[in-house]
Amino acid sequence: METLLRLLQQDSNASREDLARQLNLPVGELNNRIAALEKEGVIRGYQAIVDRERLDQNTVTAFIEVRITPERGGGFDRIAHRIAKFDQVVSCYLISGGYDLIVVVQGGSLREVASFVSEKLSTIESVISTATHFRLKTYKENGALFTSDVPEDRLPVSP
Amino acid sequence: MEDKIAAHVRDIPRSGIRDFFEIVQSMHDVISLGIGEPDFVTPWHIREAALFSLEKGRTGYTSNLGLPKLREAIAGYVSRQFHVDYHAPSEVLVSVGVSEAIDIALRALLNPGDEVLFHEPCYVSYGPSITLAHGKAVSIPVHGKDNFQLRADEMARRITPKTKALLLNFPTNPTGATMPREALEPIAALCVQHDLIVLSDEIYAELTYDGAEHVSIAALPGMRERTVFLHGLSKGWAMTGFRVGYACAPAPLIEAMMKIHQYAILCAPTMTQYAAIEALEHGDAAVAHMREKYGLRRNFIVSALNEMGIPCPTPRGAFYVFADIRATGLTSREFSLRLLEEQKVAVVPGTAFGADGEGFVRCSYATSLEQIKIALQRMAVFVAGLKC
Repeated sequence: METLLRLLQQDSNASREDLARQLNLPVGELNNRIAALEKEGVIRGYQAIVDRERLDQNTVTAFIEVRITPERGGGFDRIAHRIAKFDQVVSCYLISGGYDLIVVVQGGSLREVASFVSEKLSTIESVISTATHFRLKTYKENGALFTSDVPEDRLPVSP
Repeated sequence: MEDKIAAHVRDIPRSGIRDFFEIVQSMHDVISLGIGEPDFVTPWHIREAALFSLEKGRTGYTSNLGLPKLREAIAGYVSRQFHVDYHAPSEVLVSVGVSEAIDIALRALLNPGDEVLFHEPCYVSYGPSITLAHGKAVSIPVHGKDNFQLRADEMARRITPKTKALLLNFPTNPTGATMPREALEPIAALCVQHDLIVLSDEIYAELTYDGAEHVSIAALPGMRERTVFLHGLSKGWAMTGFRVGYACAPAPLIEAMMKIHQYAILCAPTMTQYAAIEALEHGDAAVAHMREKYGLRRNFIVSALNEMGIPCPTPRGAFYVFADIRATGLTSREFSLRLLEEQKVAVVPGTAFGADGEGFVRCSYATSLEQIKIALQRMAVFVAGLKC
């Protein structure tokens, strides 16, 4: 199962036939396993890894540290869910350390992200403070390197 | 000038693989399943260790036997992985790839005319290395019906009073064969009975699949004292270009090998030795990652070959399948040349690995799955065309 998940995480677009061959499984059995993983919520979705810089220079990604006051009974969950539901929020994690949430926000411009932070995020009652870091360049995302590695220069035939 | 070349060198035929390489190199857009080295770039943390050693200015010679810390790392790894204990200061020698270690071991052991047994089909260098050390190379054929394992009865038949050593390579290039403990035991018994030295090239030891456990012959009772355990970082850690290998053996033999090594080579490259320390101490996860990838590709290639009517039992080691092409009616060379010309796919004729490789071709899966997929599609077209 772990191997199947690794393969899908590397390339969810791979054909079921190719996956089945690698895993030594009949295609039907593979389909069942994937369907089960989807049903159990282990697989949450399939996405493309997009190099935005090749498309336009305007997209802005921000990593926002958020400190919040936990609630009696609910801890961080209710506020975190409230933040995560905004469409601008791409990822949201509860983390250890000097602040509580790291929120990844994407927007069409700097202004758009700034206004999200000042109008939506900071105004939530339990939010104590935010610190916004803007992405300058991507080197690697979800396991995909954005810079090319060593080119193929092996001998075409070797013993 | 020809007449000046030493007779025993002149008489060694050109490598069949070299021949084939030149044809492939003259063509464009060839997809090659003929490559005998990993397609992975050396894991970054290992490359980084080499860079760090350069930054620190560690650019001088090391001791002839290799960095003490590396020899400790080797002894530790061999003990942990293969359950054989060696004394790092006196029983471990760091060489320039396993090839050098084989060469100096043979030169240290052989008197002119001594016979060395080796199983064939095999890696291209064994026969010539024995010859160059003034030994007599005696091949033992291994067969597809035995999963290319070495059989004790075939070996016994070739032992003479002049037999000095046996050269083993499991998992095997080019067949992918592995030897489980019960297959090694009768071989070990013969070596004890006839007082033979074993040179065991275990360069593919990390690359076994389907839970096949690699057993070193050195770990069998009574074998440590007569075995030269040969290994290196090239295949498992994807470090072919680093050229770092090692030999573990009883101290008197290491001492003898060191005499040759110190005058011929002096020491293995220093930055490479630092990279090797990192690889052995922290490389397990990277090796496991590559092994998983090879295993998946192996499944893919075996299933596709069988489907196109090329019988191919699933090999359990290295990164090669030795495909049986006898049903096509072509010789290994004809098959390989026509596949290359008609579909631009390079495989290596089995005969490059010895006459007993006739009827087979070696396909390497140390190539990306995308390339393997296209290569096998083209191969299927070629094979289907032969049957019309």
